[in-house]
Amino acid sequence: MLDVAKLKVSYGQSEVLHDLDLAVAANEIVAVMGRNGMGKTTLMKALMGIVPAAGGTVALGGADITALPTYQRVARGIAYVPQGRMIFPAMTVAENIETGLFVHGGARAPDYLYELFPVLLEMKSRRGGNLSGGQQQQLAIARALATQPKVLLLDEPTEGIQPSIIRDLARTLRRIRDERGLSILVSEQVLSFALDIADRVLVIENGRIVHEDARAALDEAKVARYLSV
Amino acid sequence: MIFGYSFGDLGSILAMQGFAGLILFSVYVLMALGLAVIFGQMGVINMAHGEFMILGAYVTYLCSHLFTAYLPGLFAIYFFVAVLLAFAAAFALGLLVEWAMIRHLYRRPLDTLLATWGLSLVLQQLYRSIFGAREVGVELPDWMMGSQHLTDTIEVPINGLLVMGLTTIITIGVFLLIYRSNWGKRIRAVMQNRTMAAAVGIDTEFVDRVTFGVGCGIAGVAGSAFTMIGSTSPTAGQLYIVDTFLVVVFGGAASLLGTIASAFSISQTQSTIEFFLSGSMAKVLTLLAVVGILMLRPQGLFVLKVRR
Repeated sequence: MLDVAKLKVSYGQSEVLHDLDLAVAANEIVAVMGRNGMGKTTLMKALMGIVPAAGGTVALGGADITALPTYQRVARGIAYVPQGRMIFPAMTVAENIETGLFVHGGARAPDYLYELFPVLLEMKSRRGGNLSGGQQQQLAIARALATQPKVLLLDEPTEGIQPSIIRDLARTLRRIRDERGLSILVSEQVLSFALDIADRVLVIENGRIVHEDARAALDEAKVARYLSV
Repeated sequence: MIFGYSFGDLGSILAMQGFAGLILFSVYVLMALGLAVIFGQMGVINMAHGEFMILGAYVTYLCSHLFTAYLPGLFAIYFFVAVLLAFAAAFALGLLVEWAMIRHLYRRPLDTLLATWGLSLVLQQLYRSIFGAREVGVELPDWMMGSQHLTDTIEVPINGLLVMGLTTIITIGVFLLIYRSNWGKRIRAVMQNRTMAAAVGIDTEFVDRVTFGVGCGIAGVAGSAFTMIGSTSPTAGQLYIVDTFLVVVFGGAASLLGTIASAFSISQTQSTIEFFLSGSMAKVLTLLAVVGILMLRPQGLFVLKVRR
């Protein structure tokens, strides 16, 4: 579904991602693990077109989207839940979700979003900025789902969220995958969360994928070594 | 007896100056609404905002003359046509300016200040070359002249009532546009987080362009209203730009309600004090009051309480 080939990203003169190859199949959940500063967020931003690629291609469902601006990539079916959630703080919960509807038209958020995240229905007319971290995370995911994506990108969704909510989040993400049939690429530092949801785990270090395992065959100790500081 | 006036006189003076203040308030509100959209929502310091207003005033002036010359039968309603044309002209110029200049400067507020100041000088000279340096005024149809006598000592001008009606309609329109329409959702999303708005599928460049255009268009309407209270000259806009920024900052940059409240308090203070003291004293006292209040409430009168 998502095919990345020889992706290069540079900030000025310093190259951050070096010829990175990555594929996410339809209906698959892939976790990208790595320490801080190894290129996880840059990878996500490059996939969204927020930072430009210096080389290589990104293809979605076989169509090349490397040259498209961000909003057109969203229309093609890629959605993004950024690190730090980045909901629109002064807009209400309902309005936040509705911003995702513009790409495909429609004025009201589909009911299944509120079924997935009942807490958002309760908080519907609160301002996004007044929600707790976990609630904001759910809002950011709901907003991304409102764009009807084929591929969902999540950048460190567990950051700053309490453990019980993290377990709920993992369950919800798997449910979304099963019900909506989409592919998920999630970057993570928390190994237990990645093991909980991912079908496949990649390890990124210094802008290169250095290790890859299906979950069944995963050498937990080895991945943990990559993550330890 | 105060200042040599009886209490009855004082009541009438307050009422009439209050009404004069309301007309000033209308122009401020129209100017400030446009600037609140451009500065408050988009963060662009548009020093040329006054020139967009004057563009609207010149369009109104042209309309008044064209109608006298070619359509005298419809002269009675020319003002309404002028308002629409003033909006359209300022909107179109706004789109052009955004495309040519502003869009390259979004993350650099100081540069927009200089660039738009330069633009204001260019526009002023353009007006001077086209319309001449002399002040021009508009002709009013008969029904808009004169005033309504409320009591023996209180009378209110009809064109003032018209301007206030116009302001009310535009204010409600802007409110609905920003807080109730889908387009407003796009605007607010882009203004709160440009990157993230793009990442939920909003074409941010297009939203920026139209929003800037609408802000300028409202300034054009303010120009139409302005012809009712002052005469139009190439530099008349400059006198208003500082006041307008004052209104927007005092009201709280991102709040439309604050903008209206602050326009009201500033224009009323100014207009009432002006009668008893001089115009410049009125300005000094207003500024002092605003500075004092801003020291206590740096975010302005109305602030959204929300975690960022």
